[in-house]
Amino acid sequence: MSQADAPGTPRGAIECVRWARIALLAVAFGYVGILLIAPLAGIAWTVVKGGFHVATETFRAPDVRHAYLLTGVITVLTVVVTGLLGVVVAMVLVRDRFVGRRIVSAVVDLPLAVSPVIVGLAAVLLFGRGGWFQALFATRGIQILFALPSMVLVTIFICIPFVVREVGPVLQELGTEEEDAARTLGASPVQTFFRVTLPNIRWGLLYGVALSAARAMGEIGAVLIVSGALQGKTETATLYIFRALEERQDASAYLVALTLAGTSIVLLAAIELFKRRRIKEMGR
Amino acid sequence: MRQGIVVEDLDKRFGQFQAVDDVSFEAADGQITTLLGPSGSGKSTVLRMIAGLERPDRGRIWVAGDELTNTAVQERRLGFVFQHYALFRHMTVRQNVAFGLSVRHEPKPSQQARVDELLELVGLAPFADRYPDQLSGGQRQRVALARALAPHPKVLLLDEPFGALDARVRQELRRWLDNLHRELGVTSLLVTHDQEEALELANRVVVMNAGHIEQIGTPDEIYNQPATPFVAGFVGAANVLTGWVWEGHVHFGRSAVKGAYHLEDGLPAKAYVRPHDIRLTNTESETSFGVTVDRRTNMGWESKLHLRLADGQILIAQLPNDELAEVSLARLVFAELRYAKVFRSDGEGEPRADLSTAEFPAAVPGT
Repeated sequence: MSQADAPGTPRGAIECVRWARIALLAVAFGYVGILLIAPLAGIAWTVVKGGFHVATETFRAPDVRHAYLLTGVITVLTVVVTGLLGVVVAMVLVRDRFVGRRIVSAVVDLPLAVSPVIVGLAAVLLFGRGGWFQALFATRGIQILFALPSMVLVTIFICIPFVVREVGPVLQELGTEEEDAARTLGASPVQTFFRVTLPNIRWGLLYGVALSAARAMGEIGAVLIVSGALQGKTETATLYIFRALEERQDASAYLVALTLAGTSIVLLAAIELFKRRRIKEMGR
Repeated sequence: MRQGIVVEDLDKRFGQFQAVDDVSFEAADGQITTLLGPSGSGKSTVLRMIAGLERPDRGRIWVAGDELTNTAVQERRLGFVFQHYALFRHMTVRQNVAFGLSVRHEPKPSQQARVDELLELVGLAPFADRYPDQLSGGQRQRVALARALAPHPKVLLLDEPFGALDARVRQELRRWLDNLHRELGVTSLLVTHDQEEALELANRVVVMNAGHIEQIGTPDEIYNQPATPFVAGFVGAANVLTGWVWEGHVHFGRSAVKGAYHLEDGLPAKAYVRPHDIRLTNTESETSFGVTVDRRTNMGWESKLHLRLADGQILIAQLPNDELAEVSLARLVFAELRYAKVFRSDGEGEPRADLSTAEFPAAVPGT
């Protein structure tokens, strides 16, 4: 063992570092291999084994199509709303000094710390029978719980920290000098935002939005609780996988899981690209 | 009607910190006025209040005869040049310069013409399609200047414009700005902590310290007739000798320097002596006193000497080398002070100069 004779001699120390590096790399590759690649490969294998007809049957099924559509709608709405709200919240947190700023900042992170199931329960409490806001919407005939609005609402709640936490540091780094310069040159606050601030934070914003989209597509806990998982009505792609497994339609479940995973990998590639651009953005 | 920039009774606090304390001055039409002071003296805050980037707690601001105290930043039509350029990093040089015109929806052809004219003026026409991070610091600041000038501002405000540049580029750009100002004649207010810059560029200098104005005057007045101990110490890197007043002289140990005729006998006093106002000889006279030369540093055409007085006080002198050649440092050396500005040092200080009587010369065309 090289570690045994390592202490004292510089050569021994270098050897020691080399072995430690190899060990760490092995752990990292083992982790990625066993926990991420192997399950993906397993899913892919199961799908292939099931045969081609499983794929055509699954993708033709109306409830599967509806589940994809619903996930798509929720993701798009979440991306738009978290993008807008995230920028506004980040600007307020970075630019304004007010009493309770730290508390607001902590609350923004809350969804990262709290289990999505609890977020779902909270929504049920607010909008369910006897909830604070139930009467408000019920009298106007607007269905919140067990319908799209509550599903979008909880997803947005869970995803908003991703945008705020990405845009915030970029804004911080950017400072206010360019915005000041724009103002002295005659730009209104709106012109300043769209022509100076937004172009400067675009990669950070896209990065945050991509993270938020990936999270929105994969969300199940909170959505399960507020949606009621009504087949063909409030069943998202993840909820479909959940049900298909219970009904022993393993091949269909794995197939949908594979498409979701594939989309996530594409998003991941995009995120990686945005991250690099963002680092350049902050470095300049 | 008063032209140029006029500020009256400006106050600004940041929390407990009084950044600007009752500041009033005028920057005459068509001239360069500098706001000179150490960092934290409030000079940049004054400039930012004139631009509208900070709100004064009290006081009023006029530019070119119009009161702007409560006007929004974007309505003021003032050019502002920042220390760190503040160029729009995602825009080319051309887009940067055009920004002030395009946000006001000027027609494209006239924008184009104005941008070309300004890029020509600042000598950056070949760089029009580059991005700011492809330019040197000096070039970036010239872009920033072109950008500020493009919408025909009523005045130009410059916040430590050369502060982030190295010494050689700073010199170059200073001369260039001076020429540009002669050409354009736009009223300019320049903030700097560099006294050389302030004295070289300005028609008039406003010296600030700890939020208030110490003195307003021409560069000549500021240098030769400092109104307060602060100005005497800050402008011209002065030595300070402490002693007592007796018959118009400040006495320290067995030596004395004249210049205290305005003070009563027996008062403690400080004499401010510039390194260039010291002469050295080998012969004693009535006005000279013996010193020991501790150290000599040759800086090319002149030398810096650390002189120790009989009572232990240190005096730093700067003398041309050809003048020094006539003195033998190996023999007894006597110092003669050509000029000293004396203030009492018992905490009373000199009363602050009466700024209200500071006269403004009429604008001289072509300066």
